[in-house]
Amino acid sequence: MADESKNAVVEPVVSNNGYEVIHSKSSLFYDLYERKSELKHQTHYCPGCGHGVAHKLIAEALQELGVQDKTIFVSPVGCSVFAYYYFDVGNVQVPHGRAPASATGIKRACPDKIVISYQGDGDLAAIGTAEIIHAANRGEKITVFFVNNAIYGMTGGQMAPTTLVGQKSTTSPWGRRPVNEGFPLHMAELISTLEAPVYVERVALSDNKNIMKARRAIKKALENQCNGVGFSFVEILSPCPTIWGKDPVEARRWVLEAMVPTFPLNVFRDHKPEMPVNNAPPQRPVPDVLEITPVEGAHGAVAGKHAHHFKNFTIKVAGFGGQGVLLLGQLFTEMGMREGLEVSWLPSYGPEMRSGSAHCHVCLSKERIGSPLISHPDALIAMNEISLRKFAPQVAPGGLILYNRDTLPADFALPPGVRAICIPASEMADKLGSTKVTNIIMMGALLEETECLSPGTAMGVIEDKVKKVALLETNRKALAAGREFIDHQVRIAVTQPDGFAE
Amino acid sequence: MRQLCKGNVAVIKGAILAGCRAYYGYPITPASEIAEAAALYIPQVGGTFLQAESEVAAINMVYGAAAAGVRVMTASSGPGLSLMQEGISYLAGSELPCVIVDVVRGGPGLGNIAPEQSDYFAMVKGGGHGNYRNIVLAPASVQEMADLTVLAFELSDKYRNPAIVLADGFIGQMMEPLDLEYREVVLPDKPWAVKGTPETRANLINSIYLEPDELEEHQREMEAKYMRAHVETRHELYQTEDAEVLLVGFGIVSRVLRSAVETLRQDGVKAGLFRPVTLWPFPSEVLAEEAAKVQKVIVVELSNGQMVEDVRLALDGKVPVEFYGRVGGNVPSVEELHAQVMERIASLV
Repeated sequence: MADESKNAVVEPVVSNNGYEVIHSKSSLFYDLYERKSELKHQTHYCPGCGHGVAHKLIAEALQELGVQDKTIFVSPVGCSVFAYYYFDVGNVQVPHGRAPASATGIKRACPDKIVISYQGDGDLAAIGTAEIIHAANRGEKITVFFVNNAIYGMTGGQMAPTTLVGQKSTTSPWGRRPVNEGFPLHMAELISTLEAPVYVERVALSDNKNIMKARRAIKKALENQCNGVGFSFVEILSPCPTIWGKDPVEARRWVLEAMVPTFPLNVFRDHKPEMPVNNAPPQRPVPDVLEITPVEGAHGAVAGKHAHHFKNFTIKVAGFGGQGVLLLGQLFTEMGMREGLEVSWLPSYGPEMRSGSAHCHVCLSKERIGSPLISHPDALIAMNEISLRKFAPQVAPGGLILYNRDTLPADFALPPGVRAICIPASEMADKLGSTKVTNIIMMGALLEETECLSPGTAMGVIEDKVKKVALLETNRKALAAGREFIDHQVRIAVTQPDGFAE
Repeated sequence: MRQLCKGNVAVIKGAILAGCRAYYGYPITPASEIAEAAALYIPQVGGTFLQAESEVAAINMVYGAAAAGVRVMTASSGPGLSLMQEGISYLAGSELPCVIVDVVRGGPGLGNIAPEQSDYFAMVKGGGHGNYRNIVLAPASVQEMADLTVLAFELSDKYRNPAIVLADGFIGQMMEPLDLEYREVVLPDKPWAVKGTPETRANLINSIYLEPDELEEHQREMEAKYMRAHVETRHELYQTEDAEVLLVGFGIVSRVLRSAVETLRQDGVKAGLFRPVTLWPFPSEVLAEEAAKVQKVIVVELSNGQMVEDVRLALDGKVPVEFYGRVGGNVPSVEELHAQVMERIASLV
């Protein structure tokens, strides 16, 4: 018996009227199914199973299209899991329901190849619903064959999303009850509501006439891919005699008489959608994209021009979101880097920012930085009162607070050994014409007061970041205003104790 | 030229340098900047960026692209990695290389978005079903976010296995100088891939072996591969030469510990730092050598004690191991770790 079947591969016969009579196995199939552990001459499908017919139609279509060498067959989980036993093409076996996602990854990697996703109903319409809908919606240029037999075959007859109302299964033992399990999913109809798919048809492997229609649909869906037109989907109503408890002939009849009324045969989509003009990203050399190449005209490193009086200098900037808190920290960090220091910037992030407050830690150091978290900053820039109250107690002894108001709150006690300078930076910024430069005024003040970094570096960084001429001028004025305020402040501070000006 | 760069962005810059031209992912704080950087940069160098419908889809897109032989990656944070675990098991089972970045946040469940290291078990010990390992690299700086991503691609291809870059919210979100050097990448030949070519037509990517003997053989081969991978351990030492107490931590914790070593030494405590760079394979041997020279080992993690198990296994009871962990997104300060170490070595002095 086995030997007889082994020899079943015969040459095509040409009939009297010139038509090719296909009694031979398609060349798309392996001669022997050597990936199987036993019965290498026959499939694992039950007698009368629709998968065998579907496989044959797909194999013949691929053969006719001459794309065997460029075809990649994706088989997920279910009875379709072993498609790689049979199809003599590149094969990728993937997780349950995920074939459209994996096929997407393959097709995007190999856009000119033929990628087929072959899925059952549990795979495609239950666990993999999201993947098929989104692959279809993206218009992935793949071909999906959806074998719908209204039951889980591989696992032994459990209810499928396409199980008919009233149909018994091992997990719907009283018949599918919509009140409990809902109604059968109509995948072809569902997918045809999307804009991107180019071809959606439902066919049935119920009788020869319908099998010939299925043959045409399958070939068309593959031809579409050969022509690169878009996403094609063929739902194949398919008999499962074993699980249905019917003989093959009865099962075929059941497809037509029981399934088709629920899943009408139709071409649901057959047109190419109009795709909006594609704004293709510019193509640039890798070093440019990664900013490895120095930008022409940028200031770049200024190491050695500024003598740093510290080994480590740490700054905390805090305030409301929108006050340029994180940006100010980044600017200090960028400046430190350009002056040859080791630097780190660590932001608060996420919901905390969305609720309105933000802060960041800036470390400037002559040595490799350990913790980027600052427990005790040398300088705190408090852009609002909440930040002042929250972070002032953390400031290191001998440290400095720059507060964005003209006076400290009346009930606020300065931590011992900490100095504070009040700067009405928001008001000053308004006078300069933009509240947005409040942070730059604070920057100017910090640089002038502590000399931690060079104002020249600051201008260099700002010039590299701010491209609008008018805005750049406002920033320049803001930086100067912050510095001048400190000059002024220092005079007052010095004259106040004894009442004499220097 | 040094550039100021965010850790999450550095991942993509490293990936592009490594020849990665395919990214599939789904947004999640605090990893979203990786997807955003991928969306911005990868298409400009001729690659594919796709925002998937879920992490489940993303990892399976990665599976497809890896099967086709391209360097591909994804990134997420804890909850997303949980969703990817099935796919990671499949990738390992099918011996497909890819890079997965986990910017760990607080858990379990939705937890919060602040940094934790509580995905150690999930990434280092598996997480998905079946016998497999992930190669796991733990960056501690922005520079390493790029460099270890490059290394992850190389090791992943070398061993045909997923490689994880295990970062945390702080390393992902912080900015530091990044120094990149452009070089042409020679991508490894992957004759096993399915590329839709005559040469690869006979190839099959799968993880199903129905026959117990076949599956056992497959797993034995994977085990042998994992044994070979043990040569890839990497670690960093700081001030261990004369150390009497050895502090062990990875990622952001190793940064705080490094500062703590300095303050402890100012107080006369001879502390040293052992930082595993590879979490799998774990640098057990060299850790045991270093620990043999000290009186006590103190492990610090942003978890309730996960890596400490590997430390204890490595030291096999020969050196006392103590643990200090913070969770919930709290990162200990230098002063806090200093105090914790002082408390734990009081009995030694």
